[in-house]
Amino acid sequence: MHALWRLAAVSAATICGIVSAAGIEDGEKRSGFDFMTPETQALQADDMSNPGMLWVLQGEQLWQQAEGRADVACAGCHDNASRTMRGVAARYPAFEAARGRPIDLAGRINSCRAERQQAEALAPESDALLALTAYVAHQSRGMPITPATDPRLAPFRDNGRRLFQSRIGQLDLSCASCHDDNWGKRLGGSVIPQAHPTGYPLYRLEWQTVGSLQRRLRNCMVGVRAEPFAFGAPELVDLELHLTERARGLLVETPAVRP
Amino acid sequence: MHEDPLRVHGGLVGRRQFFRVGITGLLVISLPHRALARPSLDEAIRSFTGGANVLDGRVRLDLPPLVENGNAVGIAVVAESPMTEDDHVRRIAVFNEKNPEANVAVFHLGPRSGRATVSTRIRLATSQVVVAVAEMSDGSFWSSRASAIVTLAACIEDLS
Amino acid sequence: MARALVNVPKAAKQGEVVEIKAMIAHPMETGYRVSPNGSNIPRDIIRRFACTYSGEEVFSADLFPAVSANPFIAFTLIATTSGTIEFTWTDDAGTAQTASAMITVS
Repeated sequence: MHALWRLAAVSAATICGIVSAAGIEDGEKRSGFDFMTPETQALQADDMSNPGMLWVLQGEQLWQQAEGRADVACAGCHDNASRTMRGVAARYPAFEAARGRPIDLAGRINSCRAERQQAEALAPESDALLALTAYVAHQSRGMPITPATDPRLAPFRDNGRRLFQSRIGQLDLSCASCHDDNWGKRLGGSVIPQAHPTGYPLYRLEWQTVGSLQRRLRNCMVGVRAEPFAFGAPELVDLELHLTERARGLLVETPAVRP
Repeated sequence: MHEDPLRVHGGLVGRRQFFRVGITGLLVISLPHRALARPSLDEAIRSFTGGANVLDGRVRLDLPPLVENGNAVGIAVVAESPMTEDDHVRRIAVFNEKNPEANVAVFHLGPRSGRATVSTRIRLATSQVVVAVAEMSDGSFWSSRASAIVTLAACIEDLS
Repeated sequence: MARALVNVPKAAKQGEVVEIKAMIAHPMETGYRVSPNGSNIPRDIIRRFACTYSGEEVFSADLFPAVSANPFIAFTLIATTSGTIEFTWTDDAGTAQTASAMITVS
């Protein structure tokens, strides 16, 4: 059955392959939320039924929990997240001078753990890292995505755009082939959304759990039969930078629900 | 048409039929053991009702007709009942037609429920029929069925 | 640390029918999936959910692998007296996780 769908996906993808890299007009920018069925939208809209809220709740608990050799909690420095973290996710990834390159929200949490709490880094896609990231990002829910304007980010954002537009994998598709040029059409039974990262970390029904934007990007790379970048790879952060710029003005939804 | 008879399991079958039996046998071997044990929808309902007659009506199952992802399908069951000490819904059971197991959930209600309504989220492995059966306090059973078309995600994750 | 979200109205009138929602983080591993290395992923599900109101069981559910991951259940109760509404989820191993909420009935 899956093999059949894969075949269908391949043929659909081939049709999608006739591309230009025009991008999406500002007036046409739409969250993936708009492409979902009313049932899936309802799942996201009610905090008491949105399973992503379980991770937000866990994140809230972890925020208060002292960690590492420094024995300090996130709250120990950042106090009340609803005040101090409001708007943070809306402008990430940010430039980190110490590394001379951009860092995403999960990366920031892990660097904070290492440097301030003197604790072990949390593994990519671990519940704890997703929970803390979701909790921090949730504080910006409803705020427009306003990417950081730091000029030092520019070359990395440009690299992200280049990656977004580069054809990769055995299917020889770029991100743009589907999400800039063919959004709104169908790939198998699914509508192709515009690929705006408005609600990460998000609960994906296909995953049956919460996952990061990096997991989603790796998913897409596997989908076009390309070797995915490793979790935490600089290329993925560069792509995140481009995607947030592309989504500028859309509202943060974390934790979103997607099919 | 004459075929050489072959003896299989004490019975006589033709060569073509033997071939068929062989293929079926291979399929059977390759299936997970528990999948074979799955009772049919009707058998599952019978084991819930103890063979009692199941009537149509008094219960409504809401299931979206088109499902984006079968991993989480919202369902709601509402039964008509005053939910008093004398006349209430005791149990509401949900069954599916094509998952590896026929049972989905059994909810235990009573007069303190106030209303005979439950909702949950279920997995549907493929497009199929779902049945809700309500057991009333007088021992009668009422059912409602609905079907859903389950589409598969275009981009599935490679776990390896 | 149980990761559960329960929704119980804080206050209700006596005799009012109130809606209750309960959700817990749990993979509801079916036992039918195969891991990337080809081995079967063992079954691990919440098998039973129960709700007590001031200590008396008022609702319960037997769950099977066809219930979605992070199981969500919504149902109704009659508000009778002020008290604690407690939720218990029990898994295949018999381990129970609980959550509770207070309701004030006037």
